[in-house]
Amino acid sequence: MQGLPPGMTRRRLLAALAGTAAAQYVSAFGLEASPLSYTLKPQQLAKGVWYVAGAQEAISRDNGGAIANTVVLDSKAGAIVVDTGPSLRYGQQLATLARDLTNKDIARVYVTHFHPDHMFGNQAFRPDTLASSTGVIDGIKSMGSAFADAMYYAAGDWMRGTEPVMPGTILGTEPEDFGDRIIRPLHMTGHTAADLALFDEVSGVLIAGDLVFLDRAPTTPHADIARWRNTLAALGGISHGLLIPGHGPAEPGARGIAQTRQWLETIETQIIEAFDKGLDVAETTALALPAWTEKIALARYEYERSVMHLYAKLEASRWPRVDVR
Amino acid sequence: MRRPVMSICLALLGPGMAAAAEPALDPLNSPVWPSIRSKYLSGGPVVFDDRVKVSVPSIVENQAQVPITADARNLPGVKKLVIVADLNPIQHILTLTPAKASAYISFRMKVEQGTPVRAAAQTEDGVWHVGGTYLSAAGGGCSAPALARGEARWSATVGQAQGKVWRQPDGSARVRLRVRHPMDTGLARNNTPAYFIESLQMSGSSRDPLATLELFEPVSEDPTVTLMLRLPATDASVDVEGRDNNGGIYKSSLPVAPQS
Repeated sequence: MQGLPPGMTRRRLLAALAGTAAAQYVSAFGLEASPLSYTLKPQQLAKGVWYVAGAQEAISRDNGGAIANTVVLDSKAGAIVVDTGPSLRYGQQLATLARDLTNKDIARVYVTHFHPDHMFGNQAFRPDTLASSTGVIDGIKSMGSAFADAMYYAAGDWMRGTEPVMPGTILGTEPEDFGDRIIRPLHMTGHTAADLALFDEVSGVLIAGDLVFLDRAPTTPHADIARWRNTLAALGGISHGLLIPGHGPAEPGARGIAQTRQWLETIETQIIEAFDKGLDVAETTALALPAWTEKIALARYEYERSVMHLYAKLEASRWPRVDVR
Repeated sequence: MRRPVMSICLALLGPGMAAAAEPALDPLNSPVWPSIRSKYLSGGPVVFDDRVKVSVPSIVENQAQVPITADARNLPGVKKLVIVADLNPIQHILTLTPAKASAYISFRMKVEQGTPVRAAAQTEDGVWHVGGTYLSAAGGGCSAPALARGEARWSATVGQAQGKVWRQPDGSARVRLRVRHPMDTGLARNNTPAYFIESLQMSGSSRDPLATLELFEPVSEDPTVTLMLRLPATDASVDVEGRDNNGGIYKSSLPVAPQS
């Protein structure tokens, strides 16, 4: 808070500025130097299993993009990390945390998919420890730079120095043996074209990445909803212990799988019905959501995004050709 | 319903000053508003009017396809509806002439940076009624090449159209139409010259235009529009004729159930 008048926090100052004329044209860049330190609070779920819960929020300059869960597992071979967070700085803090929790070096870092809140910490880890599927790597290659632009815009200074980094190890379908953990990579699809879930065959922990959301609305910018629902059915068939979703609380049982399916069915049905009545994007966005979604964080925000994601596909696929040939 | 802002301002100016007709302050406080007003809103006084509504999404992920709705249905006697974006490199987005249609349009646009988006509805008395909102977005929509430019056979799809018409309870016809076209702005990194559909005209069996759209480069690739036409009850189709700036003509015919 250096340089601000006494009693004036940065947020209060910004709020005051927002009330002044032309605030949106000067943007808020000048007064926004972030404290540049995340508060990573690991929660222990079981022996040698921790996760850092992401904020149940949209990416912002307040949360620095730390909205997704990251996971640290202890093993005889070293620390195992799942997902690296939204920025170089987050990745650096997560690497330190993983070493401190396990008292070991980092043996493996899994990247579940190519979305920016899960992979922009990659830079903080040795490339050969970073592992994922070819689909995830292709996604980072093609979209990494556009994601960086979007993240610098949304999260601001938290992103300083962050660049996309491709994982150096390509995973097959065989499990990786870490001594007291055997991690099976599950190559799936639906949330994106390439989603990696991880299953510890020894402890039964299932790390679902963004195939599963809990008490936070799922995101659909690269989703194939029909495939996603099939994948959720397959995940539901795995006899697992703890389930760690990409966003939302980790817990035993399959509540996250059921809720993600229910959300996808709810919004897909609502959006298609409105589309078939001839409503446009703004009209469909304005429709009410069912009452059960009120307890889901970001329900309206993600619904609005999903309307935009689905509409283009529906227009291309559901309307008859009408040009005179 | 609020009265137009101008009349309130005139009242505040007090007797003797109203004749000077100082323009009302721009509620969006845009640095380029005075030039927007003089360039695009000529031929009549300009007032800010809440009856002209613009909706934009609260989050923009795709700067090349930003859904916009302009709705001036609460304002009687609209003869022209002009959409402008102050801070876009090409500010004029489109103009709707709703001869026999509602003063309503939804479409998608490319946005080069966060900008006010305005709808200006000119009524029969010549007055421009302006509404708008600020669209927050990261940049680059106008300078990114069209997706079609990445496809070898893009030209085979130009002019393909899809759409539907829904008869509304009040007898009007709600048209949603998508026409395949790259809508090149001429500003893209790949140096493709401007190539865009510049007009779309919708008519019924009488051939008189029900609605005419004048489009400009910032309208998104594969323009997708929603309009509400006062189509005669016995008409069985909406006919659309489009033209691009290279002289390409695109005709479509959308079947519609006659009103029972």
